[in-house]
Amino acid sequence: MEHWIVAPVVIPAVIGALIVMTMRYDVISQRVAGLASSIALVAVTVALLVSAASGNVESYELGSWQAPFGIVLVLDRLSALMVTVTAVLGLAVLAYAVATGWDQRGRNFHALYQFQLMGLFGAMLTGDIFNLFVFFEILLIASYGLMTHGGGRMRLRGGVQYVMYNLAGSTLFLFALGTLYAVFGSLNMADLAERAQQLPEGDMALMRVTAALLLLVFVLKGALLPMHFWLPNTYALAPAPVSALFAVMTKVGAYSVIRVYTLIFPDTLPGIDGLIRDVLLPASLITVAVGIIGILGGRTLARVVSFSVIGSMGTLFLAVSTFSEAGVAAALYYLIHSTLAAAALFLIVDQLRARRGHSALRDQAPMPGAGLLAAMFFVAAIAMAGLPPLSGFVGKLLMLKAFLAEDWWVWGFAVVLGTSLIALVGFSRAGSTLFWKPEDASAPAPEPYEAEAGAASPWGRAVLGMVLALIVALTVLSGPVTRYTMATSAQLFAPQSYILAVLGTPEARAARLAADAEAMAGHAADHGDDTEHGDDAGHEAEDHGPDHDAETPATTQEGH
Amino acid sequence: MELLVALAIGILTATGVYLLLRLRTFPVVLGLSLLTYAVNVFIFASGRLMSGAQPVLGAAEAITDPLPQALVLTAIVISFGMTSLVVILALGSFLNAGTDRIDIQKPGEMPDAGR
Repeated sequence: MEHWIVAPVVIPAVIGALIVMTMRYDVISQRVAGLASSIALVAVTVALLVSAASGNVESYELGSWQAPFGIVLVLDRLSALMVTVTAVLGLAVLAYAVATGWDQRGRNFHALYQFQLMGLFGAMLTGDIFNLFVFFEILLIASYGLMTHGGGRMRLRGGVQYVMYNLAGSTLFLFALGTLYAVFGSLNMADLAERAQQLPEGDMALMRVTAALLLLVFVLKGALLPMHFWLPNTYALAPAPVSALFAVMTKVGAYSVIRVYTLIFPDTLPGIDGLIRDVLLPASLITVAVGIIGILGGRTLARVVSFSVIGSMGTLFLAVSTFSEAGVAAALYYLIHSTLAAAALFLIVDQLRARRGHSALRDQAPMPGAGLLAAMFFVAAIAMAGLPPLSGFVGKLLMLKAFLAEDWWVWGFAVVLGTSLIALVGFSRAGSTLFWKPEDASAPAPEPYEAEAGAASPWGRAVLGMVLALIVALTVLSGPVTRYTMATSAQLFAPQSYILAVLGTPEARAARLAADAEAMAGHAADHGDDTEHGDDAGHEAEDHGPDHDAETPATTQEGH
Repeated sequence: MELLVALAIGILTATGVYLLLRLRTFPVVLGLSLLTYAVNVFIFASGRLMSGAQPVLGAAEAITDPLPQALVLTAIVISFGMTSLVVILALGSFLNAGTDRIDIQKPGEMPDAGR
């Protein structure tokens, strides 16, 4: 599997560039290339998932640069799961966009879509935290283009908000990374995990600052209160298929939280001492409440669904904030489920807009083909609210079981169960207004707040049906999926295998150091140079002493 | 030098945050640019401040950490591209909507519509 790890990043990068350069004005070949790339990505990621399911952690050194210095991509169970979910959703949403003609509303949809996928896969696979920032930027740049795809007054204004919010977030990310580098002198996540364990006490305050800053950045992506303000406008104003794809973008925030706070800053780390849990727990409790109350307050279905996404992100982070094996396993199951449910709901919003011209919740004339759409809405809403028999219920059940071990379980139970009820009320209200109530001519006109829709094509409905079928499949296969997420969680809480895969065993490292020192001695003899240099030269030198000094020039040599 | 750099970062950040909190696109774009300047200097400082040192090993007695310089280069490229993108987007939004306000109000109550 060695070189296949990089394929999910390379395939969309190449295809995206090809689409821009050679297929600019040819709709058919754009569609063929985009869909072919997405199908190939599903195949590759499923193969990666099968390979990672064995429990092996595989590390891929880009350009064969040694691990703490070069950039590595790492495939473990968590990243394999995330890339597979992304690839499957990416294919479904792209098929929907093609079927409904959304891709022809503006230029360069297919290229941007491929770059978006590239950024998502890269962020999920990388083992280097600065590289994580770079892939975040790639996925954000593509998402700016997709969010404003098709243009329009309100969408552009929403786009400006979204871009500015995220630019501020990127700046914060850079501040966090600067602090991180100042404390640790490394950016490789496995290396950081090792160094965090042996950090001198004097640096712990700075480490706490780093951990908190990074958390802010990640929850901004994950739309956790109070960083959620960008989400409702963005999701309601973006083209609906794009919002459906964005359902996985918030999950990148959740992924980063899970990765960084189990690997680098686990909750038991001296100096962290439960800091992350203390922040994440109350914030996610309030987020669930705010999101679900937003469901009741939304005046268009698009906003109702946007707030339900906030609510589900809150639920997800609530399970993550247990930082227990059972909790994170439940969170991962719920992550798959909420991605699919949110995507299905946004596609339903699009189908509704195609018939009505808007998704405002007011009484109006019956529409053609409402029966099927109503049935689909019913299924998706049940899934989102977390009612039996669908996967939302399984996810929440797993969560409640995990909460029992915590001393705040009363809060967890009250919020999760209470908000499920409120979500149910909110979705019932929306559904009955949209599909059942008779026309009321005296009602005020809907707000001109809305995005235009794709065509009401039967193929679009077929894709929508497939997304719903995926939710059903997730429910039926909840046994194997839960076993996989449990194994993932166990792997996350034993990060030694990850560190070992990236950095190698201590013996291998020692052997490599010896070889490097030899090579360097040869280098010094060649140039007749005095290789000694002051220890005040760099921070890394302070931390790692002579072995580190010996290693740096040796790696530079390799590049020549 | 430490004091000077710290002051520069502090002032740039404070001004940037202040401008970011304005409601019009132009000050916000300026604020974002100032913030990116601040963060670029900050990343430099994260590799420890040295003057007159080279980032090349073996070339001189005093060497400085080359990695922050590479990081700053990446950050500059990204923030430059982002700034140009947000300017274009803000312009498009202004020409389309007729207002450069960032907050989206309810339709019908835009006190300062019109250009």
